Amino acid sequence: MKLTLKIWRQKNAAAEGKIVEYPIDHIEPDMSFLEMLDILNDELIMKGDEPVAFDHDCREGICGMCSLYINGEAHGPDRGVTTCQLHMRMFKDGDTIFIEPFRAKAFPVIKDLVVDRSSFDRIQHAGGFISVNTSGNTIDANTIPVNKKDADDAFDAAACIGCGACVASCKNSSAMLFVAAKVSQYALLPQGKIEATDRVLNMVSQMDAEGFGNCTNTGACEVECPKGISLENIARMNREYMSASLKG
Amino acid sequence: MAKSALLKSSIAKKVAMALSGLFLMLFLAQHFFINMTSVFSADTFNSISHFMGNNPLVQFVIQPILIVGVVFHFIMGFVLDFKNRSARPISYAKNNGAANSSWASRNMIVSGSVVLAFIALHFYDFWFPEMVYKYVDVNPLNETRYFHELAEKFESPVRTALYSISFLLLSLHLWHGFNSSFQSVGFNNKYSRSLHKLGYAFAIVVPFGFIFIALFHHFNH
Ligand code: HEM
Ligand code: SF4
Ligand code: FES
Repeated sequence: MKLTLKIWRQKNAAAEGKIVEYPIDHIEPDMSFLEMLDILNDELIMKGDEPVAFDHDCREGICGMCSLYINGEAHGPDRGVTTCQLHMRMFKDGDTIFIEPFRAKAFPVIKDLVVDRSSFDRIQHAGGFISVNTSGNTIDANTIPVNKKDADDAFDAAACIGCGACVASCKNSSAMLFVAAKVSQYALLPQGKIEATDRVLNMVSQMDAEGFGNCTNTGACEVECPKGISLENIARMNREYMSASLKG
Repeated sequence: MAKSALLKSSIAKKVAMALSGLFLMLFLAQHFFINMTSVFSADTFNSISHFMGNNPLVQFVIQPILIVGVVFHFIMGFVLDFKNRSARPISYAKNNGAANSSWASRNMIVSGSVVLAFIALHFYDFWFPEMVYKYVDVNPLNETRYFHELAEKFESPVRTALYSISFLLLSLHLWHGFNSSFQSVGFNNKYSRSLHKLGYAFAIVVPFGFIFIALFHHFNH
């Protein structure tokens, strides 16, 4: 396949960036999107140019590190996959492909396509945990009975890999789907109930402080989320938040 | 949690927006049923209008709440839209919004602004003359004037067209807004699928009903 890539290049956080066009040839449909970028980078290095910086780690769809806004969608046109699991067969010979960083005030660009998603870490630090003793005398979680539906819903919420595609896709750059998944995963389980009130208040307040926008229920996040996190989690977080504010 | 922090929180704003939207939809539904009577019976329309226009509870309690509700809704709408836009200082060179969301959901500020312009025209047409008639000029009660006042307004093809266009945008506003407001207040469960259908029906029946009423009076003149 022969393609035209239009890639956002930006030297560093302070520099102004711009879209730069790169022609690329001999791309196999079975290559992953990141392999295609590896080939481009090899060519750039051979020519003595600066390679394109992009994030990746596991390359098997589980770590949430890869990002990229590809042809107007987070993780590209495929559904339920991260960019590392996106394959070139989703594109046609002769296509022009826009490759941009995830855009949000709370996700500043570090270089080229790499953005700083530590705002998610700070939201997690604000309450995305349970306080248990892990120094050797931890009780087996399976000794506490959990309703099957709650266990399943908590598991589905816990599938969130913190990639940030929900923020990137949302017209408001809202982080509600991510935060809702993290709130739900604990709120549904007995171990998480103890700190539930503080958790939702603190995580939402950190989310607002980071400068994410406000959810208007367009549903774009749910469609683009590689892990199928559902809007039900946002409704649950809203309920949790309202009852927590009445209590707290 | 401090009350001030609560009022600043994104979710509190979202819930407040939803409650004002739900309240406006209730108002819209009752306005719809009252106006519909004008198609079937001038007398029924006159007597309900007379009641609504002179009942102290409606005039001095419900009407001010409604006005506050509308003003709150559109100011909050503009504030949120401004904040949400500034959460992405650099926009995408290529964005495919249609791939993951409806036009109506992405353009609530557009449909809302047209509805706001309509509300201004509507106040100029009906509300201000009504207030002057009742509370400034203090005319004697006349239980049969309402139907003619309504029918006369729709003589103008321009006004009839403006009303109809506004209702088309109201339909789009409600297409997303009805279901969005339930999601905002945390209602998402096994009944949501049926509720969504009701929401889409509401978003079509009510605005198109208003268009029907406007056209009915226009062509029956
Ligand atoms: C009869 C008039 C109106 C009705 C029945 C109505 C109804 C609604 C409803 C039900 C929602 C959904 C709330 C939610 O998502 O939780 C909504 C949202 C919205 N409305 Fe209206 N609305 C009306 C007029 C207006 C006007 C005049 C504006 C002026 C700009 C406006 C702007 C907005 C905006 C921007 C939103 C999206 C905000 C958000 O979802 O957070 N609306 N409206
Ligand atoms: S909710 Fe989905 S899109 Fe958002 S961070 Fe988690 S996995 Fe990524
Ligand atoms: S690199 Fe780990 S999910 Fe894509």
